[in-house]
Amino acid sequence: MYAAELVGVTKRFGPVLANDGIDLAVARGEVHAVVGENGAGKSTLMSILYGLHRPDAGEVRRDGTRIALRSPADAIRHGLGMVHQRFRLFPGLTVAENIVIGAEPVRRGRLDRAAANEAVAALSERYGLRADPSALVGGLPVGVRQRVEILRALYRHAEVLILDEPTAVLTPGETDRLFEVLRTVAATGVSILLVTHKLAEVLAVGDRVTVLRQGRVTGRFATSETDADELVNAMIGRSLAPSAPRRARPPEGDPLLEVRDLTVRDADGVARLSGVSFAVRPGEIVGLAGVAGSGQRELVDSVTGLRGAVPGVFLAGTPVRAGRDPRVAYVPEDRHGRGTAPDMSVAENVLMGAQRDLASRWSLPRAAVRARARDLVDRFSISAASVDVPIGTLSGGNAQKAVLARELTRPSQVVVAEEPTQGVDVGVRERVHDLLRTARDEGAAILLQSSELTELRDLADRILVLYEGRVVAEFPGDAPETDIGRAMTGATG
Amino acid sequence: MNVFEWSFLAGVLTATAPVLLAALGGLLCQVAGVFNIALEGQLLWGAFVAVVVSDLTGSAWTGVAGAVAATVLFSALLSGPSVALRADPIVVAVGLNLLALGLTAFLMRQIFGSGGTYSSPDLAGLPDLGELGVDVPVLREQSPLVPVALLLVAVMAFWLTRTRSGLRLRAVGQHLDAAQAVGLRVSGYRHGATLVAGALCGLAGAQLSLGNVTLFGEGMSAGRGWIAVVAVMLSGVRPGRLLLACLLFGVAEAFGFRLQGAGLPQQAADAAPYVITLAALVLAAVWRRKATREHA
Ligand SMILES: Nc1ncnc2c1ncn2[C@@H]1O[C@H](COP(=O)(O)OP(=O)(O)OP(=O)(O)O)[C@@H](O)[C@H]1O
Ligand SMILES: [Mg+2]
Repeated sequence: MYAAELVGVTKRFGPVLANDGIDLAVARGEVHAVVGENGAGKSTLMSILYGLHRPDAGEVRRDGTRIALRSPADAIRHGLGMVHQRFRLFPGLTVAENIVIGAEPVRRGRLDRAAANEAVAALSERYGLRADPSALVGGLPVGVRQRVEILRALYRHAEVLILDEPTAVLTPGETDRLFEVLRTVAATGVSILLVTHKLAEVLAVGDRVTVLRQGRVTGRFATSETDADELVNAMIGRSLAPSAPRRARPPEGDPLLEVRDLTVRDADGVARLSGVSFAVRPGEIVGLAGVAGSGQRELVDSVTGLRGAVPGVFLAGTPVRAGRDPRVAYVPEDRHGRGTAPDMSVAENVLMGAQRDLASRWSLPRAAVRARARDLVDRFSISAASVDVPIGTLSGGNAQKAVLARELTRPSQVVVAEEPTQGVDVGVRERVHDLLRTARDEGAAILLQSSELTELRDLADRILVLYEGRVVAEFPGDAPETDIGRAMTGATG
Repeated sequence: MNVFEWSFLAGVLTATAPVLLAALGGLLCQVAGVFNIALEGQLLWGAFVAVVVSDLTGSAWTGVAGAVAATVLFSALLSGPSVALRADPIVVAVGLNLLALGLTAFLMRQIFGSGGTYSSPDLAGLPDLGELGVDVPVLREQSPLVPVALLLVAVMAFWLTRTRSGLRLRAVGQHLDAAQAVGLRVSGYRHGATLVAGALCGLAGAQLSLGNVTLFGEGMSAGRGWIAVVAVMLSGVRPGRLLLACLLFGVAEAFGFRLQGAGLPQQAADAAPYVITLAALVLAAVWRRKATREHA
C-alpha cells in the first residue's frame, strides 16, 4: 500500500494539457523525485495533490483510500504538506506564527505564544532546522524561509511532504544541509516528493524517480539502477551534446567593461563593495562567484547603471550612465520582477526597449511588432501558445528564453547575466549556455554571476570570488571546484 | 484646571468619536487586505438611517441598532463584488460613496418631504453620560458611544495581536495565497472584516447624527470618512497610532469652532480641521519614514 497515489490524473488549462493521465505512487518513508522539462506539468501535478487545483479526471489516494481534495485545508487534514516553489509565508508575522498558523495553540481564548515558540523550538531541534521562533520572516534569508516552510508542514504532522524545486534558491552548502534534513525526515516514515531540475540531486537523495514530459510519464526508475544520461533521455527525448570546448584564443582588445576601485555603501553607510577592480575584454566571459549576499547584487546594479552613475564603472572607456545604461544587455535573476512584465504579452516583452526601431512617426505598427516578435520566438525556440499571451503564463524556462531573446538581440557589447539558468531544465540550460557562448564568440564582454560552480566552470574564462564585498580571489575557468568553494567562505591560501 | 479647558477637551472627544469609529472599521479592512475607501459613504448612510429610525420609533437606541444593521447591509455591496467576484474594491467603493450621497438626499425628500436639514422634537438623540450618572467632567456631556469608541481601540489592539482569529486575519491580509495554502477560509475573513467595518461605520454615523448633534443634513459626513481613510493609511495598521491620528482631527475641529467663535469666517473655520489634520498627518508620515530610514 502506498502512502500517496495519483491515479490517471488529467488537468487542462484552456488549450494546454498540463497533465495527461498521470499515475504516480510514493511509498512510506520514500524520497521520490519528480523531474521533467519546464512546462512538463510537475508543479501542476503537485498542486493537485495539495488541493490547489482540481483534476479534470483521475483521483488521489492516501493509504489506499480515495480522498476528496477541495482545498489545501483538506490536504492538510489528510496529512499532506507542501513547500512551494514561490514561498507562501507571511512577511509581517514571526517564524513561530508562520508555522503554527492554522493550528495555533490557544489558552483561555488567547493565542499561546509561549507554547507556540516552544513547539517550534522543539521541532527545529529535532530535525536540525535552525530558525529563531520570534524573528520576523520578512527579514530572513531564503534558506531560512525555506526551513520555516518545512517546519510548518512538519508541525501540521505531514506524512507526505511535497517540495517544489526547493534547491533552486539555495547555495550548494544549504542544499547539502536540506538533503540531510530530508533523509532524517524520511527515516521517521514521512514520504517525500521532490521536484527538481538537478539530476545530480535526484541521484544523490532520491530512492525512485518519475520522469514527466509534456504532461505524461515517460520513465520510472530506481535511482540505484539509472544514471543522468538515461534520465535526460526520458526528459527531453535525446541526449545532451557534450559541452562545447573552451575557446583557445585568448580574448584581446581594450576592455569593454572596466571597474576601477568601486566602493558601494548602503543607506546606513555600510560598505557593500570595497575597492573592487576588474576588466572584461571583448570575447571574454568573467564569472562571479560568492555565497549569496557577498555584494553580487550591488556589483550588478552598479555595472548596469541601476544604481545610478556610480564612479568607477566604465563601458568602452566612458562612465556608466544612470538608470539602466542602454549599452548593457542585462539578464536579471528575478525573471518575473525585473526580467519581464508578467501581465504584458510575449510580443511586448521581447521587444521592450526596441519598439523605437519599429515605430513610424505616429504609431507602432502592430503587424511589424508581431512579425518581429514571432521571428524572435522562433529563433530562440520559445514555446508559447502565441505571441499575444501574457508572458506570466509561460513556464519558467520559456520566460527565461524570452528574456535572453530580448537582451541578446540588443546592440550591446556588454552582457551582464545573473543566474541565467536558475530553475530551467537541462535542455534550456544547454541552449542558454550556447547563446552566451555565441555572444562571446561575436565579441561581447560577458559578466556572469552564478551560484552554480559547474556553470561558471563550463563557461567562464576567469572566475572572480566575492566575499564580504571584496574580490578575494581570481581563478582560471578550469580551477578545481574545491578551491573556488574554499575562497567563497573567505578562507585564504 | 478650569471649565473652559475641560470643555475644549470634551469638544475634542466629541469631534473624534465618529471619525475614530469609522477609522477602526477601515483599519480592520486594511488588516484583511481590503482597501476600503467607502467609509465616507457608509458613515453618511449610517447617520441617515439612525435619524430615520429614531424619528419613527422615538428611541435613539433603536436608531443606533437600525444604523448598524443598515450599514452592514450597505457594506455587503462592497464585500460581495470585491471579495466574492474579485472586482476592484476602489471602483466599487467610489460607486458606493456616490450612491450614499444620492440615496440619502433622495430618501430624505421621500420620507421627510424636504431636503437640506431635518430636525424635529420627535427625534430622540443619544443621552448624555451625565444623565446616566457618570460624573467625570470630560465625559459628562458625551454620548455613551464615545467611551465605547475609545474602548474599541484597546479591544482591537488586543484582538489583532493576541487572539487566533486576529492572527489569521492579519495573515489573510499579508498574503492571500499563503493563507489559502495553510488552509484558512480566506474569503470568510475578508467578508467578515468588511461587514464588521460596516457595523462600525453604522455606529460612527449614529454618533454623528444622534450624538454630536440631533439632526440629519445632506452630506453631513463632510469628509470625515476620508479623514478616517487617511488615518488608516498613515497608522501603519496600529490601533494606537490610529487613535492619535483621529485625535489630531478632533483637536483641529474643536479648535476650528474656537476660531469661528473668535470671528474667523465660517468657511475658513470649516476647512481648518481638514487642512490642519492632513498637513500634520502627512508631516508625521514623512518624519516617520525619515526616522526608519536612519535607523534601518
Ligand atoms: N494557472 C495556469 N493557467 C494556465 N496555464 C497554466 C497554469 N499553470 C500551468 N499552466 C501551464 O501548464 C503547463 C505545465 O505547467 P507546470 O507549471 O506544471 O510546469 P512545470 O513542470 O512545473 O515547469 P517548471 O519546471 O518551469 O516549473 C505549462 O504549459 C503552463 O504554461
Ligand atoms: Mg514548476
